[in-house]
Order: sequence, then C-alpha cells, then structure tokens
Amino acid sequence: MRPFHTDKNKFDKNKDANGDTMSDVTDATTAKNAPTPDDALRISDSKASGPVLAADGTPLKKSLKRALRAQKLRALALIAPLLIFILITFIAPIGDMLFRSVENQIVSSTLQNTVVELEDWDPAGADIPGEPTFEALYWDLFLAAEAKEHTKLGTRLNYEETGVSSLFRGVGRGIDDFGEDQVEALEDFDPVWEDEMFWYTLMSGGDGAEQNSRHLSAARERLTTLTTDDFIGSAGFVPGAEISELLPRTISEYSTFALFTVFADEDVVAEEEPWEAVKVSLIQELTSGVDLAGYSGPGAAELRAAQDMLADQPAIDFKQAFLDDDEDWADSGLWETIKLYSPPFTTGYFLKAVDLQKTVGGVEAVPDGEKIYGTLFKRTLFMSMVIMGSCILLGYPIAWILANLPVRTANLLLILVLLPFWTSLLVRTSAWKVMLQQQGVINDILVWLGMIADDSRLVMINNQFGTIVAMTHILLPFMILPMYSVMQTIPQTYLRAAKSLGATNWTAFWRVYFPQSIPGIGAGSILVFILSIGYYITPEIVGGTTGTFISNRIAYHISSSLNWGLAAALGSILLAAVLILYWAYDKIVGIDNVKLG
Amino acid sequence: MTDSQSSDAFVAFERVQKSYDGENLVVKDLNLSIPKGEFLTMLGPSGSGKTTCLMMLAGFETATHGSILLDGVSINNIPPHKRGIGMVFQNYALFPHMTVAENLSFPLEVRKIGKSDREAKVKRALDMVQMGDFGGRRPAQLSGGQQQRIALARALVFEPELVLMDEPLGALDKQLREHMQFEITKLAHDLGITTVYVTHDQTEALTMSDRVAVFDDGRIQQIDAPDTLYESPKNSFVAQFIGENNTLTGVVKKISDGLCEVELDDGEVIDCKAVNVSDVGERTLVSIRPERVEYDPSRLKEGTHTIKAEVLDFVYMGDIFRTKLRVAGNDDFVIKTRNAPDQRRLKPGEMIEIGWLPEDCRALEAR
Repeated sequence: MRPFHTDKNKFDKNKDANGDTMSDVTDATTAKNAPTPDDALRISDSKASGPVLAADGTPLKKSLKRALRAQKLRALALIAPLLIFILITFIAPIGDMLFRSVENQIVSSTLQNTVVELEDWDPAGADIPGEPTFEALYWDLFLAAEAKEHTKLGTRLNYEETGVSSLFRGVGRGIDDFGEDQVEALEDFDPVWEDEMFWYTLMSGGDGAEQNSRHLSAARERLTTLTTDDFIGSAGFVPGAEISELLPRTISEYSTFALFTVFADEDVVAEEEPWEAVKVSLIQELTSGVDLAGYSGPGAAELRAAQDMLADQPAIDFKQAFLDDDEDWADSGLWETIKLYSPPFTTGYFLKAVDLQKTVGGVEAVPDGEKIYGTLFKRTLFMSMVIMGSCILLGYPIAWILANLPVRTANLLLILVLLPFWTSLLVRTSAWKVMLQQQGVINDILVWLGMIADDSRLVMINNQFGTIVAMTHILLPFMILPMYSVMQTIPQTYLRAAKSLGATNWTAFWRVYFPQSIPGIGAGSILVFILSIGYYITPEIVGGTTGTFISNRIAYHISSSLNWGLAAALGSILLAAVLILYWAYDKIVGIDNVKLG
Repeated sequence: MTDSQSSDAFVAFERVQKSYDGENLVVKDLNLSIPKGEFLTMLGPSGSGKTTCLMMLAGFETATHGSILLDGVSINNIPPHKRGIGMVFQNYALFPHMTVAENLSFPLEVRKIGKSDREAKVKRALDMVQMGDFGGRRPAQLSGGQQQRIALARALVFEPELVLMDEPLGALDKQLREHMQFEITKLAHDLGITTVYVTHDQTEALTMSDRVAVFDDGRIQQIDAPDTLYESPKNSFVAQFIGENNTLTGVVKKISDGLCEVELDDGEVIDCKAVNVSDVGERTLVSIRPERVEYDPSRLKEGTHTIKAEVLDFVYMGDIFRTKLRVAGNDDFVIKTRNAPDQRRLKPGEMIEIGWLPEDCRALEAR
C-alpha cells in the first residue's frame, strides 16, 4: 500500500497544479479522492521521462529491443513462406503489369539507328524523312530481319497504325536485295568479294596485326539490345586496328555479322560469306570517298580497285529501295508513329485506355466512333454500383433474419446462403443462362401463365439485365456474410431500449439498429463492388455486347489481340480506381469500421 | 400471493402466468400490486421468473394468462413504446453510435419535443446524475459507473412515472455498486417515481427497497419490507436466501401460543417460534441468524436454554468475528460476534455453551 500512496499523492499534486485539464478525467462516479483503476495509468503517464536503465545498466529500450529481436525473427521466419509466395505470385505480376503499361523499348531497341536519325526530323513538316533515315532504317531492319525481330516490332506498331505489321513483314523478305545492283557489280568485278577467307583477313587485318575491339563490343551491345540474348564469349574474330580506322561502318557491320554467326547460327566466322549488309556498307564507304592511299594492310589492292570501279556505279538509293518494296514507306503517318513511339517509355497505352491518342500535335481525343474504353469504364462502374445496391437490398433482410434466429436455425439457413458459394461459378452462370434465355424457364413460365405472348418473349440475357441478375446472385454471399457477422454482435437489447424509450419499431430500427449495422454494409459493399468491378467470367457468358465489363476487354487484349501493353494500362486504371474508392471509403466511413467477420 | 389487491395500486399483476414452451410455467399465478412511489425489488435466484415479470411489465414479453394493469388500465395489448415506462438495462444498452446527449435526447425526439425543450431536459437529466460535462462523449469513452449514470438519466429524461431496472449494477465493482445503490434510491425517492428493480443480490435488495418480493420457482415466496423479510422469513427458502442463516433439523414436539418445542436430531430439545409448522410430530427446519447467537453467559437472558457447541474455526474479520461451530451434529453452524473490547476470542477445539432467544429461533417447514 505504501508506494501506491506516495504515487497517489504525487498524482494529487499534479492534479492541483493543472486542475482544469485533469478535472475532466476525474471519474465522477467515485468520490473525488478515492483511487480508481484508471489512476494507475495516469500515474505512469505523469512520470518523468528520462532514459530508464535495465538492471545491468544498459538503456531499457535497447535491452527490450534485444529481447524482442529473437521473437521478431521467429515471427518473420513463420510468415516467410507466405511472404515469398505473395511476392512471387502477386506483387511481382502486378509490378510487371504496371511496368508493361508504360514500357515501349521495342522500338528503340529494334530501330537503334533510325530512332537517332528521326530525332532531327520534324513530323509537322510536309516531307517524309530523307535518305539518311532510310539508310539507318536499312541497317536496323536488315539486322532485325536476320534476327527475326522485325515482325515483333511490326506487331507492336500495328497497334498504333494498322498495316505496319504487313509492311514490316514484306520488307523483311525484300531487304536482302536492297543495293543488289552494286553488290553484284562488285562481285562480278572481282570474285574475291565472295570469298569468306578474304573478307576475314581483310577485316581482322591479317596475322599479328594491331587489333581494336571497340566495334566488336559496340556490335555486341547492339545485338544484346535487339534480341535480349547475351553474346558474351570469344567470337573468333577481332577487327584490325588500321581497317577499323579506315572503314568503321563496314567493320561495325562485319562485327555484328561475326557475332551473330558465332552465337546465333553457331558457325565459324572465317568460313561464312558475309551477309549483304556488310557488302552494302563497304560499297557505301568506298563510294563516299574514303582515302585508301595510306592503307597497306591485307586486300589493299582489291579495295583500291573496287573503289575505282564503284566510282562509275550509281550510288545506292535506300529511300527508293524502300519505296519500291512498298509505297506505304512514303506515308508520313507511319513515320510520325515511329517517331512518337521511339522513346523507351510511353503514355500511349494509358491514353488509349481513356480514349485519347498521341498525335504530332499533342494528345487528342479519338474520333467518336472509336471510343470504347470510356464507355466501358463507365458501364463497369455503373453496373458494379447497381449490383452492389441490389446485393444490399436483398442481403440486408436475410442477414437480419439470420442474426436474429436461434443459432441452430441460423446455421441451417446459412448453409442455404453458402450453398451457391460452394457451387462452381461456371455452373451458376450457366444456370442463369438456362433460366433467362428467350426459350428459357422464366420466359416459358410467363408464357404459360399468359402474362406475355409467345412471340414477344422477354430478352433477359446477353444484356445488362442478365449480367446484373447473375452477378447479384453470385456475389450475394459476399454481402450477407459480413452483414451477418456485424449484426450478430448487435444485441437485441438496443432495440428493446429504443422501444422502451418510446420509439416505434421503425424508428428503433432506423435510428438505433441500422446505424450500428453500417460497418457490415460497408464491408459487404467494398467486397462486392471490388469483386464485381473486375468480374470477367459471368459478363463474358451472359453479358452479350451491352453487358460486358472492362475486364472482358482486358482479357481480349491479353488473349486475342495480344496488346499486353494496353491490357496492362486498362488493368492499372482499374487497380487505381479500386484503390481510390478504397481510400475514399476510408475517408468517409473509416476502414476501422469495416468488419469482415 | 400474500399481498391483497388495493385500489390505489399503480402497477398490478392479476393472476399472471407465463410460459415460453407451452409445457412449463415460468411465472405461476402472480399477483402483485405496487403503490405509487414505491421502490419495489424483485429478488430471486436466476430462473425464478423475476426478469420475465419485468419484461412482461415493460411489454417485451406477453403474459400467457392474466392481466397487468398500469394506473388501473390493462396494458396487455399496448406495445412497449406506448407504455411510457423508463427502463435501465443490465448492460445499459446505451446506443454506441450516439453521444451521451444524443442518447438522452432520443426519447424526447421520438416524442416530438421541441429542440430547446429537449436541450433543457437533457441538461437537467445530466445534472441530476452529476454528468453535466459529459454530453459530448460517446458511451465507449465512459467508465462503467458513468455509463450506469447515463443509462439512468436516459430512463428518467422523459419523466416516466414508472421505471424498471434490470440488474443495473451487476457489472460494477463493489465500491461503485454501493455508491450507486445509494444514489439510485435517493433519486427515486426525490423524484417520487415508482421503481421496480430486479436483482439477485440480496444486500442490494435489502438496502435499496421499500419492499422486496422474493421470487422462487415462478412464485413470490414473500413480499415485505426488508427488515421484516430478514427477521421474519415466512418459509425456509426466504430464510436461506436472505442473509446468512443457521439451520438445525428436528421434530416438533409441542405447539402452543405461537411457540413450539423442537427435539433436535441429537435429542436436545429447544424452544422455537412456530412460523411454518402446524402439526406435532412434523419434521422441521429451525433457522437462527448467526448474529443472534450468544455464547457469553452474561449476555444471555436469565433462564435461556443453552446447548453445547464445539468451536471448529475462528475467523477475524475486522468489525466482526466469525466462528464456525459444531452444534447438534451440524458442522456449518456459524455465529457472528461484534468486535467489542470485552469480547472473548474463541479458540478451535474449545467447548462452549451457546444460547438464543426463542423469538430468534424460527421453526419452518422442512424442505
């Protein structure tokens, strides 16, 4: 008793010192000076807050932390499997999805040179890009076609501009023949240009020559960026230092060829004739007036002869070659698209997901006829609201009855609520198809009762009505269960008290019972709304065209159109919408008030 | 049962019966009348029917048979919200989503009382229970005792003439409980309202009530003022239930002038007051209050019959001594003596002579 008394006196002094602030916590039910259980709390609060030391002199906080560390580690180890599982199966895919919705590296990694050239091109001008851009496009597409990456890019750009896919596919077949006149002329002039060993010696500078691997590593990076494979290891080829100085473009192309031959085709460089792009690059460099006077390495004579011969040949016109392949290459819209989507990250998917598009003039709304996603989002939200509302209306009385019945009866009825829960989703949805279709059970009964004519059967499926009916039925347990668990905790005494105070049955319910059941409604509503906003199977089966949700569109882009970027953007917007709603709910109702059971 | 119907009864139960399952009667033939302004307590063990009676009066249960009158009018068919009876529930039933002031305002709102009137009445009611500063709090922010006060204020705020309380102090600790017992009684008397109070705590019943109705087995066993109830229990249930009690069993030998002679099971013969025995030769239960037993010869009246007792245990309890004895084969015979300066403290194993007045020794029916 004694120490308690000392503390008690201390407390009383405190109370005197700041009488006003303390007086409102004084327990009015006890005599003022009698200790109540709360006093102990207040006393411990009012103690001075210096660093408290443990028995061995270490600060108490530190020694407490040490004591708790083992516990924390053990707890972490216990949840680790689940944590890892969630990270791998949930967090990582969501992160991947968010990334995909803005990711656009395919353009810049496939058209590495073109993208650089296009930086200076003004899409607002009247002309399509000039020869240098087409030349760059030639280098990019030649390699992409060899590595079979050009069709992927074609598919990607086709989302933005229809026809690009076939354009790329076509050029992939024809690009080997670009500049074939000049290449043939070279080969006819001296067959040594078809000799793989000659090329190898020329490019590597011969035995014992000084070497320069700069172009080789550049080529390695170019290939890695394009294919995402790695090209690490010995290629059996290193460019000669002197020839690298003299013919950098050719060396660069030959290095790329060499790496690709070794690592992708698994052949030996010296035994393979270089591909056309190497020869085209040599022709380009020789005709551009490179000074061979000081060169004395292998093939010097052949190079000089070839340069002399090529002086009489017409220059290679890449632009014309592309236009000959397909005149769509002259379409400025194509070039605008390539330029707009050349950055590694794009807002294009998100803009498209909200019925906007990127143009050279900035962001614009898509033409009215092409707007789909805005309508779909609005419809999804509206129908989710309707489904939530009907679940509340249908679920509340059921939950109320369940909560007020004797436990045994309630459990029996709860099984009826849960029974559909345990049935396959597909089966339930299909059952609604049977019920609601024009030759279905409900229509048959109505016709039999004579309420509708046989030739004017109601259309209740493949529209919004069908989706709402089926989904309300499917999601009802998610509404009833949280409501039931909340209502169970509301004692009947409250209603009795309200009635004893003079409230009618309705007033007692509305003013006393209903407000206390709101957490259950809130929990159910959040569950139902969030589930229905992302629902897929049921709208797919019974929704027809007017009753489908945004998730059906997402599924379409995932599995049919393969536009995963757009699907990811739509999904991200859906996720954001759910999070915003959750946040808003937390602000308005308070998430603490939600009881899920 | 023993209470005659009086014309000035404010609340009256007339031949009321109640059954939940159609097989067993929870309340058997209840007759009770409560005059205006009385504080009546229904006391009894759980399952004795006392709460059912209260619920029938409040209107939450319907009587299977008989009628309940309020101010001379049968209220059997009046729904609870029209009865105008204030009620305090066991767990207070304060609406958790409303503040204290809103809770108190509720009965006034449903009675369509104007805003300014309402506020004045709420304030007055809060002041009445000394909770004037707590109007803005939520019930969950209050301690048990404070909630109790608010529940009381809410039951009184619409100025009912009858207030029912269903074990309202059950959840409070002892100290608070005693304090509230006093406050409730004072408030009820000051306001002059009729109160029906249900409890299973006999101390509470004795300290608070004008009259106590002791319930058992669906019947009122005895209804009387607390002192009468304690000192003159009419049957052995009441004697056992109210206060501490020593019992000795025996056979009635002789009855005359309200007194009788009882031969205890060990052959000892004692004089008793004949309360609930009628025939010679009948088995009887003799009841003696522990504080009416004396062992100090100087305190015993001249000529009092004494019997032998062996001290089994002696407990010092501060204000009193509680001594356990073996008397006439009963090992649970307890006596209580005041801690007076000259009082002798007994030791276990000691043999003493104890005695009592014949009036304090009541011969009741054997159960």
